[in-house]
Amino acid sequence: MSESIEKVSIVISKGSLEGIYPALIMANGARSEGIATNLFFTFFGLDAVHRRRHEHIKLSTVGNPGLHLATWLGGVPGISSVMTQYMESKMDKIDIPSIPEFITMIADTGAGLYACKATVDLFGLSKDDLVDEVQEIITVGDFYNMAAGGQIIFT
Amino acid sequence: MAAKLVSGVEVELNSEGFFANPKEWSEEMIPELAKAEGIDPVTERHLEVIRVMRHEYETKGSGPSVRALAKVSNVPIKELYQLFPKGPAKQAARIAGIPKPIGCI
Repeated sequence: MSESIEKVSIVISKGSLEGIYPALIMANGARSEGIATNLFFTFFGLDAVHRRRHEHIKLSTVGNPGLHLATWLGGVPGISSVMTQYMESKMDKIDIPSIPEFITMIADTGAGLYACKATVDLFGLSKDDLVDEVQEIITVGDFYNMAAGGQIIFT
Repeated sequence: MAAKLVSGVEVELNSEGFFANPKEWSEEMIPELAKAEGIDPVTERHLEVIRVMRHEYETKGSGPSVRALAKVSNVPIKELYQLFPKGPAKQAARIAGIPKPIGCI
């Protein structure tokens, strides 16, 4: 291999279960390959590191054809919780950690976790609302500086 | 594939530096293989992880990924990355003379 990836910066912008997991898996996988990794949580993706919300991330059952559910069924109250539980139990079977555990695990690998300042301001949050693993609240400019020289993945 | 001399023995490594034939490996090769990974000196803690890696491969047929390695070795993930900064599962597998561990988590 003549060319290898040395650094990735991954943006997590979605707050659904299926929006957050791929980014976390890619981040963790990058670290296990020895790639320097930053995660930037923005907009609804910030829920992944929100103290009171990150244990309650839901699978989206509306407008998600991948679930192969009847469209009307997706909107029935409680369906999202049921489908989330089902998905979580399947993930547990193959030893995929829960989102809070995954966040801690990724921080332990030495990856940098950052929250988007615009989002924090927009939702009226502060650093105290975010889990301890978040190192800093940064601007988009800071993010680009941090990502310089590496690859950027937007999810 | 490339042949390489480790501790005076010729061994076959694949393009990513993993042993093509794990049987060619012996414990005496550890310091030299570790040095090639930038790990010098090899501490007792490194050895614990490397031996678990080898043992897992020999009993289960493949080496564990980082999460599984932390569980079976009782070495926390944070420390695994301090011991093997360029990827604990990958580096420990190269030093333990086994194929690359498979797994996404």
